[in-house]
Amino acid sequence: MNAPVATHNLIKGATGDWEIVIGMEIHAQVSSQSKLFSGASTAFGGAPNDHVSLVDAAFPGMLPVINTECVAQAVRTGLGLKAQVNLKSVFDRKNYFYPDLPQGYQISQFKHPIVGEGEVIVDLSDGRRIVVGIERLHLEQDAGKSIHDLAPASSYVDLNRSGVALMEIVSRPDLRSSEEAKAYVTKLRTILRYLGTCDGDMDKGNLRADVNVSVRRPGEGLGTRCEIKNVNSIRFIGQAIEYEARRQIGIIEDGGSIDQETRLFDAVKGETRSMRSKEEAHDYRYFPDPDLLPLTFDQAYVDGLAAALPELPDAKKERFIAQYSLSAYDADVLVAERDTADFFEEVARGRDGKAAANWVINELFGRLNKEGHTVATSPVSAAQLGGIIDLIGEQVISGKIAKDLFEIVWSEGGDPRALVEERGLKQVTDTGAIEAAVDAIIAGNPDKVEQAKAKPTLLGWFVGQVMKTTGGKANPQAVNDVLKAKLGIE
Amino acid sequence: MTDLTRITLAQARDGLKARSFSATELTQAHLDAIEAAKALNAYVLVTPEKALDGAKAADARLAAGEAGPLEGIPLGIKDLFATEGVRTTACSRILENFVPSYESTVTAQLWRDGAVHLGKLNNDEFAMGSSNETSCFGPPVNPWRRTGSDTPLTAGGSSGGSSAAVAAGLALGATATDTGGSIRQPAAFTGTVGVKPTYGRCSRWGTVAFASSLDQAGTITRTVRDSAILLRSMAGFDPKDSTSVDRPVPDYEAAIGRSVKGLKIGIPKEYRLEGLSPEIDALWQRGADWLRDAGAEVVEVSLPHTSYALAAYYIVAPAEASSNLARYDGVRYGRRVPGKDIAELYENTRAEGFGREVKRRILIGTYVLSAGYYDAYYVKAQKIRTLIRRDFENVYAAGVDAILTPATPTPAFPIGQKVTSPIEMYLNDVFTVTVNMAGLPGIAVPAGLGGEGLPLGLQLIGRPFDEETLFALGEAIEQAAGRLDAPQWWG
Repeated sequence: MNAPVATHNLIKGATGDWEIVIGMEIHAQVSSQSKLFSGASTAFGGAPNDHVSLVDAAFPGMLPVINTECVAQAVRTGLGLKAQVNLKSVFDRKNYFYPDLPQGYQISQFKHPIVGEGEVIVDLSDGRRIVVGIERLHLEQDAGKSIHDLAPASSYVDLNRSGVALMEIVSRPDLRSSEEAKAYVTKLRTILRYLGTCDGDMDKGNLRADVNVSVRRPGEGLGTRCEIKNVNSIRFIGQAIEYEARRQIGIIEDGGSIDQETRLFDAVKGETRSMRSKEEAHDYRYFPDPDLLPLTFDQAYVDGLAAALPELPDAKKERFIAQYSLSAYDADVLVAERDTADFFEEVARGRDGKAAANWVINELFGRLNKEGHTVATSPVSAAQLGGIIDLIGEQVISGKIAKDLFEIVWSEGGDPRALVEERGLKQVTDTGAIEAAVDAIIAGNPDKVEQAKAKPTLLGWFVGQVMKTTGGKANPQAVNDVLKAKLGIE
Repeated sequence: MTDLTRITLAQARDGLKARSFSATELTQAHLDAIEAAKALNAYVLVTPEKALDGAKAADARLAAGEAGPLEGIPLGIKDLFATEGVRTTACSRILENFVPSYESTVTAQLWRDGAVHLGKLNNDEFAMGSSNETSCFGPPVNPWRRTGSDTPLTAGGSSGGSSAAVAAGLALGATATDTGGSIRQPAAFTGTVGVKPTYGRCSRWGTVAFASSLDQAGTITRTVRDSAILLRSMAGFDPKDSTSVDRPVPDYEAAIGRSVKGLKIGIPKEYRLEGLSPEIDALWQRGADWLRDAGAEVVEVSLPHTSYALAAYYIVAPAEASSNLARYDGVRYGRRVPGKDIAELYENTRAEGFGREVKRRILIGTYVLSAGYYDAYYVKAQKIRTLIRRDFENVYAAGVDAILTPATPTPAFPIGQKVTSPIEMYLNDVFTVTVNMAGLPGIAVPAGLGGEGLPLGLQLIGRPFDEETLFALGEAIEQAAGRLDAPQWWG
């Protein structure tokens, strides 16, 4: 099922074009109060081993009990990925020895995951739209953390993360460039955040990617892939793919072949390097966990969760375009975060959608980014921004004054309308006052008046002068009208 | 005064309630008996202070009229049950100094009901064995001997400490666990009653795991009634064990004396193994006759997949064990033997910490789960397991109420005789493993002495959660066979 190769994704090697094929396994930490199979807290940042129950530390006779909230979160996520939710799934044990894996096995789902096939629609910055297939989503336990640099001859283990619920979301090898891969992770993260099922915080390791990369000649079958483990930023995902693809192309073009292996991305050096080969791969001896019954629920349960889902980014984007006449680009920017979209809608309510979008995207976001704020911590509230837009609409202030007013509200706060009154920012629409200003300028610049009669574009210069003498408060349209009349231009 | 260690649990309960003796007297009598029976090696840890404190508290509650169902009853606890503040080893060097900070659900319910904790009982290491010889503390000795012989015999396994203690009057009852026969075989070897309830009837929380899908806690007592009393306290739903079943626990004792008239008893023809000793065959026949005399109908039934059960069991149980025992790695608790790196620490710790049989089963279990072998062994064994379960379902669907079989193919054998031959040892479980594979309840009841003067047991297998019928039938056999008491040679 080789789709026609789109030429925009090809990269040049020494011997011709190559296509990159990428599939991803995203590990997303489930947002929940307690762990997947124990009551211990999932809070981030406690002292080492603060959040560890007897179950997490695998004491003799301890048994796992499924956290039903984690199940609900996985189902919500499945619904958000337009995926098949399996009414019966099975937890398996993945067996291997490691000090930060107290049970000696990870409880995961191997043959029968809770969520089956789905898809994610990704709109790229060049305007293309791709659909990335989701193969499955399953629930599994996170491991603890080994700390090797505290003592020269020994290692320490922190089990706070041990047993925290993860969703592993496996994509099909549908991605063809680092840009597509980055856009996919970004979109997936947006969906998870909308759903409230994962906070997507990659700095804390709450969203990590295993990236499978292979290369092939256009139109050929899949090449041998390498898996780059645990990449923890979207930028690094892009870098790792670029490096890895070039590495593989170089080997093949030099007459070599790719060994299937697991690799690590070194963010400092910007390169991937071998972690273990296929031969060294573990035999995980998966088998159904006899401590747990198959996980079952009925369709009514799924339907109940579906009914309570929030509006998701794709639907919101379509609605924004239709309801507020926004461009696809503006709509994309606004729906990227649920907070942002909500903020925009609050600003736009009862106002001109386009004006609201312009102000939110151009003025507010610019300023927020510059100062390291988010909409949640924005010094200018949606109501305040809406107030400013109202004042423009009512022609109480000009666009230029509005920007000044925005600055005042940003740094000092206050009700925009009251501020306009207090500080005399109100636009001068009183024709008398404007006429007086125009008269003064005409009187002071007879030469320009002469020139303007021959060259009407000089009108702009007069407008500027009037605005200057009125402190920008004159209504530009009124100024124009008066000038045209007095100068006899038409 | 009567010997307080030779009365039944039910008699002790009634005597305590009637204030014929105190819980302290009862407990002290048992502590004395334990002290005098060190040669039996039944206990691996005695907790006299805890016992006497418990007895004192029980006396106070008895005096105040606040007695629980097991108030003042001294019990021994198999060393597989985690007991808070009391060393719990599973009789393995790898846990030799492990003191849990938690109490297993089963034992917590016993203490809740007023029982007194005498100490921890010997068992095969991680319950892996049929003669209790794999214990790091050495095997317990069967209180029974062949007529005219002083050859030490096994008390069975893995709950050999429980069976030896109860048979010798070192506890009024004991907890035990059964994965493939570890309650019923030791009971049969010692003339005691052993009950393995339906899988899911007792919580597994806080009990050291051997094979999670097969393990089930149960009782060893001197009478059927005693097991009924004890099981009622041990059983029940536990939200901490996802495999425990949420259904009410009946008053099992009420089933004692219930008529067995009209009950249909199945005799599975596939259990008539080639080479089965005439003595066991005759015992089986006698058991059927007793039940028929009591008004039951005895019919031949077929459990066609029986012959595959033992082989399938010795795939499933080691597979689960190999994974369950991975946590004993020397990192967080238990024995640690250092090494130059983490891999060597694991290797040294597990090489020293586990005994030969445990290692054998870990190896077998690891093998059958390995890539390339999983389908041929583990998956196939699970399919056989399904067929075995279906065999029983078909028989019960045809109206059979319980199935009667011998409990073991032989009476107790000398310590050391089979320890070098794992296969011969595994054959001990031939009549019992099917019950675990199907998750059914089973009871072993003493049915008389064999030619060597050793006790022999019969097994009854019931419908899921129908322990009551087993108690009724078991008591009928007990009435017909009479109780067996080991002549005291120790102490």
